[in-house]
Amino acid sequence: MLKAHNLTKRFSGLLAVDDATIDVAEGPITGLIGPNGAGKTTLFAMIAGFLNPNAGTVTFQNEDITSEKPHLRARRGLARTFQIVQPFAGLDVRDNIAVGAFLHTKDPAEARRLATLTAEKVGLGHELDKLASGLTIAGRKRLELARALATQPKLLLLDEVLAGLNPSEIRDVLPIIRQIREEGVTILMIEHIMQAVMNLCDTVYVLSQGKMIASGEPRLVCTDTAVIEAYLGHGAAARIKAEGAAHA
Amino acid sequence: MKKNFEFIAALAFLGVVGIAAIAGLPGNILNLLIFMMIIALTAQGWNVLGGYGGLSSFGHAAFFGTGAYTTTILQTSFGINAWVGLVCGVILGAAVGALIGFLSFRAGLKGSYFALITLAFAEVLRILANSWDFTGGAAGMMVSINNGFAYLQFSDRRWFLLILIGFVAGGLLLTRWLERSAFGAYLIALRENDQAAQALGVDIFKIKIQAITLSAAITALAGCLYVQNFLFIDANVAYGSWISIEALFAAIVGGAGTMLGPLIGSVLLLGLGEITKSFSGGIAGVDLVVFGIILILCVAFAPNGIRGFVADLWYRRKSRGKAM
Repeated sequence: MLKAHNLTKRFSGLLAVDDATIDVAEGPITGLIGPNGAGKTTLFAMIAGFLNPNAGTVTFQNEDITSEKPHLRARRGLARTFQIVQPFAGLDVRDNIAVGAFLHTKDPAEARRLATLTAEKVGLGHELDKLASGLTIAGRKRLELARALATQPKLLLLDEVLAGLNPSEIRDVLPIIRQIREEGVTILMIEHIMQAVMNLCDTVYVLSQGKMIASGEPRLVCTDTAVIEAYLGHGAAARIKAEGAAHA
Repeated sequence: MKKNFEFIAALAFLGVVGIAAIAGLPGNILNLLIFMMIIALTAQGWNVLGGYGGLSSFGHAAFFGTGAYTTTILQTSFGINAWVGLVCGVILGAAVGALIGFLSFRAGLKGSYFALITLAFAEVLRILANSWDFTGGAAGMMVSINNGFAYLQFSDRRWFLLILIGFVAGGLLLTRWLERSAFGAYLIALRENDQAAQALGVDIFKIKIQAITLSAAITALAGCLYVQNFLFIDANVAYGSWISIEALFAAIVGGAGTMLGPLIGSVLLLGLGEITKSFSGGIAGVDLVVFGIILILCVAFAPNGIRGFVADLWYRRKSRGKAM
């Protein structure tokens, strides 16, 4: 469904993303993990159109969208959330979500009805009339999700929707994400919380220092030497293996 | 519900003013009300872009003056009907808005840069209008007196006030539509966060151009009506920074980005100015001192304008009532 091939992004001297390739198949949830500063959000920004890559191509449903503007990608059915939540602070929750719903209907009453339904789906049903600035972090994360969902996306890019939530809030959000997938939306998610990645993702890509170092089933990727070393440092994989052998 | 209440209250206020005018008001009050309505309309135009879109212009004189000059030149130099002149003035004002918008938004200007560039455009137009022959140069232009509906001039000024009230009511209606429509939602969304708006499929460039065009059209309309009342313009009146300031001042003091803000602001500012003038015994510029004090008070205590201040008080009282 989405093919981001050989993407490279340079910020003057810094090579943020280096020849990274990611393929997202229609249906399952794909995860993108990696240590802080690996370039995950930069890669996301190139897929969503907020940054132009220095090299590489992005294809969505077999059409090249590498240099297409973000709003046109949204119309194709590619929605994203932001890692740092970006609510429309002066609007209430319903109108925040309605901005997304207006993508497919110009009728204000219909857009607000869809917004209400979407809010209920993510558990914001009781806060519809609250200003977005009055929401908790957990509420704002849900609002990000609801707004993106209201555009009726085919592919949803989630940038750390679980970050900053406490364990019980995470437990509440996981079923929502699963339900979104069951409704036929393909998901590509950046996530640090491994519990969620193992739980949700069918495929995982690992980015480290701008390079894609591994991909595959979550369980296999977690035991990959390169991945362990990316997170824990050089030689860590060997040490863990040795300790594992000692315990056995 | 509350928005409905505000809308109806505003219409009722305009209705009362209209009825009072028909019943008979002293000439100076009538003149003040006419001026209030012209400024209210100018500010309603500013409010679309500056209030809802968060793109504060310091140069709405560019649109006001273009409207005013267009209708004046068409009437005096070409003998064209005042109403046709008015429509042409609005169209040309909107076109100037679209052009300025295209140039500034393509360059991604916002905030103080956008404010400065609009000020610069208005100043350029002022200087040009002051030197060109077909705008009458520094001597300005007069519209000859022809009373009657077709000429949009009235010996009985009550009729003119009623027409102005109609246009201001139209502005309220437009703002009410704006607050509900997809266009309005997109405009507010890009004010609050343009990145998030783009991610939701909002073509922010297009929406900004549409907003400045609509905003310019309304302000140009006010410029046309100004000429029909005063029958004289020169470059400093039409393109002077005074009108840019009146427009943003009335909208901000009243409450930028609200339906009632521009009307509240213009009525209050001009009303207080007039009261001060009548008590000060003719000290020149004392009304401007009052303007300054109001602005300081607003910035300090009512950053959301008078509409926001009153709404806050209202909510506080209501929630206190609930607590008890």
